[in-house]
Amino acid sequence: MPPNDKQADAVELTPVHADHLIANGELAAENAWCVSYDAEALPEQRPAFVPLALWKAHQEDTELAPLLASDCELTATLVDEIRSTPAVAIDFPAFTDGRGYTLARLLRERFGYTGEVRAVGDVLVDQLEYMRRCGFTAMALRDDQHPEDALRALSFFSVRYQPDVEERQALFEKRLNAGH
Amino acid sequence: MYRYDIHDQTLVDERVAQFRDQMDRYRDGRLGEEEFRPLRLQNGLYIQRHAPMLRIAIPYGMLAGHQLRALGDITRRYDRGYGHFTTRQNLQLNWPALEDVPDILGDLATVQMHAIQTSGNCIRNTTSDQFAGIANDEVEDPRPWCELIRQWSTLHPEFAYLPRKFKIAVSGASQDRAAIQVHDIGLRLWYNEAGELRVRVLAGGGLGRTPMIGDVVRDDLPWQHLLTYLEACVRVYNQFGRRDNKFKARIKILVKALGIEEYRRRVEEEWAHLKDGPQTLNAAAVESAKSHFPEPERRSVTESAVEDYERLRQENRSFARFVTNNVTDHKVHGYKAVTLSLKRREHAPGDVTADQMDAIADLADRYSFGEVRVTHEQNLVLSDVPVDELEALWQELEALGMANPTVGTLNDIICCPGGDYCSLANAVSIPIAQALQERFEDLDFLYDLGPLDLNISGCMNACGHHHVGHIGILGVDKKGEEYYQVSIGGNSTDDASLGKILGPSFFREDVPAVVEKVLEVYVAQRHEDERFLDTYRRIGLKPFKERVYAA
Repeated sequence: MPPNDKQADAVELTPVHADHLIANGELAAENAWCVSYDAEALPEQRPAFVPLALWKAHQEDTELAPLLASDCELTATLVDEIRSTPAVAIDFPAFTDGRGYTLARLLRERFGYTGEVRAVGDVLVDQLEYMRRCGFTAMALRDDQHPEDALRALSFFSVRYQPDVEERQALFEKRLNAGH
Repeated sequence: MYRYDIHDQTLVDERVAQFRDQMDRYRDGRLGEEEFRPLRLQNGLYIQRHAPMLRIAIPYGMLAGHQLRALGDITRRYDRGYGHFTTRQNLQLNWPALEDVPDILGDLATVQMHAIQTSGNCIRNTTSDQFAGIANDEVEDPRPWCELIRQWSTLHPEFAYLPRKFKIAVSGASQDRAAIQVHDIGLRLWYNEAGELRVRVLAGGGLGRTPMIGDVVRDDLPWQHLLTYLEACVRVYNQFGRRDNKFKARIKILVKALGIEEYRRRVEEEWAHLKDGPQTLNAAAVESAKSHFPEPERRSVTESAVEDYERLRQENRSFARFVTNNVTDHKVHGYKAVTLSLKRREHAPGDVTADQMDAIADLADRYSFGEVRVTHEQNLVLSDVPVDELEALWQELEALGMANPTVGTLNDIICCPGGDYCSLANAVSIPIAQALQERFEDLDFLYDLGPLDLNISGCMNACGHHHVGHIGILGVDKKGEEYYQVSIGGNSTDDASLGKILGPSFFREDVPAVVEKVLEVYVAQRHEDERFLDTYRRIGLKPFKERVYAA
């Protein structure tokens, strides 16, 4: 029997606690934070990332941090509200949804957010390199992903053409400076 | 020709190592089919009907002779000794083994080639004018700009998971030979009255199931801002393009749904933040890109040699035919560009064997400074041939079967691999091309018809560009049967237009007769020296329709 709606909702609303977290390029010893997608009720577990509107309503709770959906439109007003939180999570509802990369870059490059930006949801080994370049400092891996593959995947490239959050100079500039 | 420095080489080498790791994880089950899919696609690897297909990037169609030899060698060692040039100036291998692909990519890297972003929902290989740098009507050589775009778009961290594929084409001539109006972004390089280089940016063109002509986002972008502006254009698409339905996910749907004004407003708003940022180009960066495309050291061709060539053209009818159809004027007096026809009945359009690749590379070395170009019409070009060597080259091409004097005629069919190879196709396309080439092979008849683009796609993804063929043929599937829809009036050049469907579709065996009837209407109705396209535009669809569907 497939699950009925109520059962399916219960699964969907259960806070997610990723097994493995890559933080600042290393496998973190532990991952304290869970992610709750329930838009109405606060989860029992803490600390927790909760949907933006719910977080706004409970900003005094320091064990909560905002979870941005991939279709979130970042505005200066919104960023002013979240600027003082130590961490922001950006959701990847599917690994093929690339909006989160833009959101992270905007948070870092346009709005100068300096806290942790964490990728959560459908986060796979082969996306980590691009995530890091876009300003994610933490990535909570989907549970079937192998952490040793993740660390290796972060080590393949030593060259990039574009400037990004990590590297502010385009390769064409670097070449000119090196006198090519 | 762009040559890699240590950075470019390191990047493609590292990309091979990354893909080898991904392939290993896929083969031992740690990487699932679905998760592997975008990774292999962004390395050019499709899983096809009979075997995998590997699409190798040929950036803006430029190939060195030694690279073409290496490609021939790869097709011998890993495939069946031939390759297929595509409408996006790339090369496809139809029969590689999955497990060999990392090695193939490794071999490609040794000759400064790769298959990065030749497929998948990312920015694809940038395409351009096959006569770039040598055309009479060029105001700016597009190749350095294409190379700057290639580097900007290669492994761009933000744009690897776009809603859908994204294609950019660049033209720097007064005549558009890069079909910029039917690309996700089309760029036209031009000079304003003050003599400053400007870029016209079009967005939202494309073929596929909803063909559209692009709209102008900005007419007069100063060149310094090309990359930041492109970044703004793609970022707005990445954020707002539809992701819920792959048939509505291309940028053309976003541009038409928002309206060009609103799309432009969002791009400009985004660009206001990116403008003058770290990707802003400067004169030194552009000079550096241009230094890769120097004028070749052409020897001078004497006036008497030019006269001899003109005389031969008068005297030798076969040579004259070849020159009229396959030879293009050059900006340098005494030089010509020669198009090698890859449209021969015994081969699928665009197919070349390994031995032919070697022979063409050899011709390139001897006649044209060791360079070959791939055209979006699926032919090859030797771009710098002195007129006093044209006869010798022509004879060698005759021997190779690549001197068919039919470039630009009805016989020069653009055709996708179709149902014989492609798992997306609804119907075969190569046998249709072959049947048409067989039916219309009389040269006098072809020349009498004048310039005529006939394009065939095996499905609505439109790889054969059927929407912009003067005559377009589309394979459709009706209850498991192959049928063909015929449209007329499409055009991909400056006065771009999309073809209109004639009416109900036809059986495969009836297609040549239908095309013949369309041609009969043209021949009967045309004014003197009127092109097919102009006759159609004057008289409309109705006479064609009446003739084709007459009981």
